[in-house]
Amino acid sequence: MQQFTVFMDIESSRSYIDELYSSDAVKVMEALVTLKNSVIGSNRQKSSVISQGVVPRLLQLMSEESLDPNIRLEATITIGSLAKGTPENIESLIEKGTATALVEMLKTVPLGSKLAEAALCALRSIFSHKPAPVDALPADMRLLTRLTQIAREDSQEARTSVIRVLAVWCSGTVEQEALTCAGACSAAAAMLVVPPRSVPSPSRLVPALELLAAMCFKNPNVAQVALNTRHGDKSIPELLMCLVSRDKPLVVALKAAKCLTFLQRAGALPADDSRIVFGALPCLARLCTKENTEDIRASAAEVLAYLTEVDTSLQRLAAISNHLMSSLADIVNCQSAAAKQGAFKCFASLGANDEDIRKMIIETHGLMVHVVNGLNNPDPCVSLAAVRCLHSLSRSVQQLRTTFQDHAVWKPLMQLLNDSPGPELLNVGSSTLCNLLLEFSPAKEPMLDQGAVEMLCNLTKMSDPALRLNGIWALMNMAFQAEQKVKQRILCCLGTEQMFRLLGDSDTRVIMKMLGLLRNLLSTRQHIDAIMSEYSSQVMQAVIVVLEGSYPAEVKEQALCILGNIGDGEKSKDLIMANEDVLRKLVDYLAHPESKLQEAALFVAGNLVWRGEAGAAARQQRLADLGVLRALKLLRASHHAAHLHDKVKTALAQFNEFT
Amino acid sequence: MKLRKSEMAAIGSGRGTMDSQNQVQSDTVDRLKLLYPNVNEEETPLPRAWSTKDKFSYIGLSQNNLRVHYKGHGKTHRDAASVRATHPIPAACGLYYFEVRIVSKGRDGYMGIGLSAHGVNMNRLPGWDKHSYGYHGDDGHSFCSSGTGQPYGPTFTTGDVIGCGVNLVDNTCFYTKNGHHLGIAFRGLPPNLYPTVGLQTPGEVVDTNFGQQPFVFDIEDMLKELRARTRVAIDEFPLPDEQGQWQQVLHRMVSTYLVHHGYCSTAQAFSRATGQPIDEDIASIKNRQRVSKLVLAGRVGEAVETTRRLWPGLLERDPDLLFLLKCRQFVEMVNGTDCEASEDGANGVATSVISHTGRPHKRSNGVAADAAEEGGGRDVDMAPAANGDHEDEALPLVKGMPGVTASVAALLPDRFEADASSQRASVERMLAFGRELYAMSQKLSQDLYHKSMLEDAFSLLAYSNPWDSPVGWQLEPVRREAVCDALNSAILESQGMQWSSPVEACVSHARSLLRRMSRAALGACAFADLSALLAR
Repeated sequence: MQQFTVFMDIESSRSYIDELYSSDAVKVMEALVTLKNSVIGSNRQKSSVISQGVVPRLLQLMSEESLDPNIRLEATITIGSLAKGTPENIESLIEKGTATALVEMLKTVPLGSKLAEAALCALRSIFSHKPAPVDALPADMRLLTRLTQIAREDSQEARTSVIRVLAVWCSGTVEQEALTCAGACSAAAAMLVVPPRSVPSPSRLVPALELLAAMCFKNPNVAQVALNTRHGDKSIPELLMCLVSRDKPLVVALKAAKCLTFLQRAGALPADDSRIVFGALPCLARLCTKENTEDIRASAAEVLAYLTEVDTSLQRLAAISNHLMSSLADIVNCQSAAAKQGAFKCFASLGANDEDIRKMIIETHGLMVHVVNGLNNPDPCVSLAAVRCLHSLSRSVQQLRTTFQDHAVWKPLMQLLNDSPGPELLNVGSSTLCNLLLEFSPAKEPMLDQGAVEMLCNLTKMSDPALRLNGIWALMNMAFQAEQKVKQRILCCLGTEQMFRLLGDSDTRVIMKMLGLLRNLLSTRQHIDAIMSEYSSQVMQAVIVVLEGSYPAEVKEQALCILGNIGDGEKSKDLIMANEDVLRKLVDYLAHPESKLQEAALFVAGNLVWRGEAGAAARQQRLADLGVLRALKLLRASHHAAHLHDKVKTALAQFNEFT
Repeated sequence: MKLRKSEMAAIGSGRGTMDSQNQVQSDTVDRLKLLYPNVNEEETPLPRAWSTKDKFSYIGLSQNNLRVHYKGHGKTHRDAASVRATHPIPAACGLYYFEVRIVSKGRDGYMGIGLSAHGVNMNRLPGWDKHSYGYHGDDGHSFCSSGTGQPYGPTFTTGDVIGCGVNLVDNTCFYTKNGHHLGIAFRGLPPNLYPTVGLQTPGEVVDTNFGQQPFVFDIEDMLKELRARTRVAIDEFPLPDEQGQWQQVLHRMVSTYLVHHGYCSTAQAFSRATGQPIDEDIASIKNRQRVSKLVLAGRVGEAVETTRRLWPGLLERDPDLLFLLKCRQFVEMVNGTDCEASEDGANGVATSVISHTGRPHKRSNGVAADAAEEGGGRDVDMAPAANGDHEDEALPLVKGMPGVTASVAALLPDRFEADASSQRASVERMLAFGRELYAMSQKLSQDLYHKSMLEDAFSLLAYSNPWDSPVGWQLEPVRREAVCDALNSAILESQGMQWSSPVEACVSHARSLLRRMSRAALGACAFADLSALLAR
């Protein structure tokens, strides 16, 4: 039946559709008007007309400069009407090159004409489709200048349309810079003025605010231009400040606060600027409160998360503003993924640096349950945001010991990380794991049982250095003061091959954590001897590789510290004593100009010459022969090493037979 | 009556001092009046300082009773002490706000800022007792009529500015710290609370800003929001269908307003366009319009004559109205607008008897003075009415009418001989008119009211330049409107019609409802800006 109806429509419209192709302008005009009237307001008619293949002819009628302007106008209006149809309608319009044709047209049509307005209106409809055909609009300066000129001078309708198109189009640095050169900042500023005693119109203000936000996002150059752009007697931040006030429509206030936020994060406004502290921030905190609609609250939380992401003073201010904590806890309770995501992100930002704020967050009623639920949320955006929140909170020692344990947060976290997570989730999640695995964290044991070691060892094999770092860092934390079986498991699982690979890592931080892991593994006597009995050659080789390689001093320091730990082992001492190469290096490092390396070498020497342990005399003899004693004496005499003198004296005191 | 100059000067200077004091007061802006324009301070005074009586003995006040310090032992909570402001917060504030700056946190900083009802124990911190509410600095907790607080906000200490705001529309209270809104602390507040601070340990000192100084917090932003919200509430208020016939009601209001004020042609045109009936005879409207125009043009004598002719007996029955008109006529004589038409019609220039002293050009509202200075032979009758609303139709010249002006003129036939003598004559005429007026006032019942009206009018003669004098306000053309309204209302009433138009009755009804709301502690009255609603 449906089929039949469509068929009927096509048949009945055939006559005027045919007329469209006539060479008689009057007939074409009549056909266009009939067509236009038939498609307005009817998605079914739109689909039908598009399926009849009329679009190319319409585009031709629209673009042909030799044609009667009225025909061109009607064709453009019809295209514009079709572009208000279903997403499929818009897709087929884009496929047929409508966006490009409209852009071409805009290059030549006279400014201020009805034709220009109709073309812009159609283009705006097409650009509101996702994904928008941004490629149809090249970053051509002449074109962009023309468009910003329309945005400044044309009719209200045309200005709003062009600004909306540009806001969608502006998605990268190239577009941001090009638009700025074309003067889009001042065009946007002109749209932001609300005449006194008039009601601010969201339909006019919102596109301009969106354009401004898109232009300034993470772009310090553009933000600086925006900062200095004025309209009348007000700069853009001042105009925005007027728009965040309480009597403005919520959506306008939200977008204005977003612009101020982007200006701040792009470095144009300092964090203590009054327009941030008394404008954007309180506005966003207010928009998060219960009275507002869910989508406003969700967006406000998201923007506030970005505003407070790094600056501690803003975090502190937000934390006390307008009961933000309970507002956010309430947003977490909302149904939509966007709301949960926004609230979690905001909690993550607020708790990033300040322990007191973390305490406030944790104490917010029922929040931890929501975080755990958030981790289990099927929407990856929500679970990622929940992990971010957890990551922030996991920086608190107290939380690690109490709340996190109570809620067994590690369970869903491990599950997420084992369940082929995306790179971002893996990064934040493993950072959180790092914190959870700190020695004092009670979550450590159960996590081991869940295969944490294996997962972390896998992380160290990732191509992303951040993930390798998190992996090795977490292993290092896990090994700190751990039981021997845990250490064995780490060594076994990581494997010596991977250990050497990590020592050669391109990222120094990874090498440092790898050596840190070795230090943690080689601590307490029994562990040192037990591990060295199995891995002596590999460990010694690793140390020599570092000591001989061209590593920065802090890396070599770590290697010497490992040597010192080995020197503390009962049997392991001999491994060093047997290696003349290492002992000679020790002498060299005692005389090294870098004081921290001297200190580390002194630590090694001190452990080796310690009296009262079996074979101490023989070791002292051997070390004296190799010049360690002389090196120590030189060190004692040196003025540069004054801060080491106590330790030098202690070491020398062990040699009493020789002095 | 003896109209001696010295007497009048005395009266004049008395008034003058008063006026100039008012002038000084309005120069130093009263910020509180701007913040709370709907508060009638004669009925409900605003809190402007701490009370020297309503406080515990451990509280000391200084600096115009705006600084509070603790002077007790401060050993236990039994040594807590509070002070209330001089007056409770009037509901007509709509949104009330005050700020306290912590000058010193003293020993322990046990300071509470908040509100309490009359009679609540002052040997306590605000918040601990029934009908008492406070935010405490040491722990940042809020205390809502209870000895145990709830976590509310940050702690506060030396150098912080804590604000306390009361929303009298939804009866909530919020605090601010250093200009940052901390969120709502209390809901469901009772009416008539006093700003209150409490201190508990030695060395605690706080300063208060009840609004005399600019606030740290942007309270104006919240006021704007509440105004906008109230406006939406009014706009969207649901009405039963039969009352929601706006078009009909508005047409009726416009039509009756036009008729009432005698905008005859406009009323007829409006009636044609909207089909509204006009309940009054067109000729009658035109007559009223004519009289009104005369009054508004300052030609009161003619207006009185015309009234007598058209509505015989009206003024005789209403001596108060007649006196009002005559008084105005006297003022207009000083103004130079109410002079009789000249016999030959060539010298009808409006000239005040005192015009030679140089009436300031900018103040010339009636065109008459300009015409005089230009020396043009413009007929006084052609001067358009000061009120621009009126149609510019020239009134017929009423010659030789037997009004008071004319009778004075008759007594002084040498009026047009020479400038100096003519002026002397004018003064004499005016004095004669004044005597008549005084005699008239003696017969009236509302003695005090009429006496002061008369004194004001006579005081004009005491100044060499009355326009620039403290009583010069009487000469402003806008003052004619009240007289015109009174006359118009009386005429309408005598014809058996309503003395005020429905739209004006509606406005004054709304105004009186707002006053009642204010008395009934309904804070929304602060944000129902009647003139803004009408100006739409």
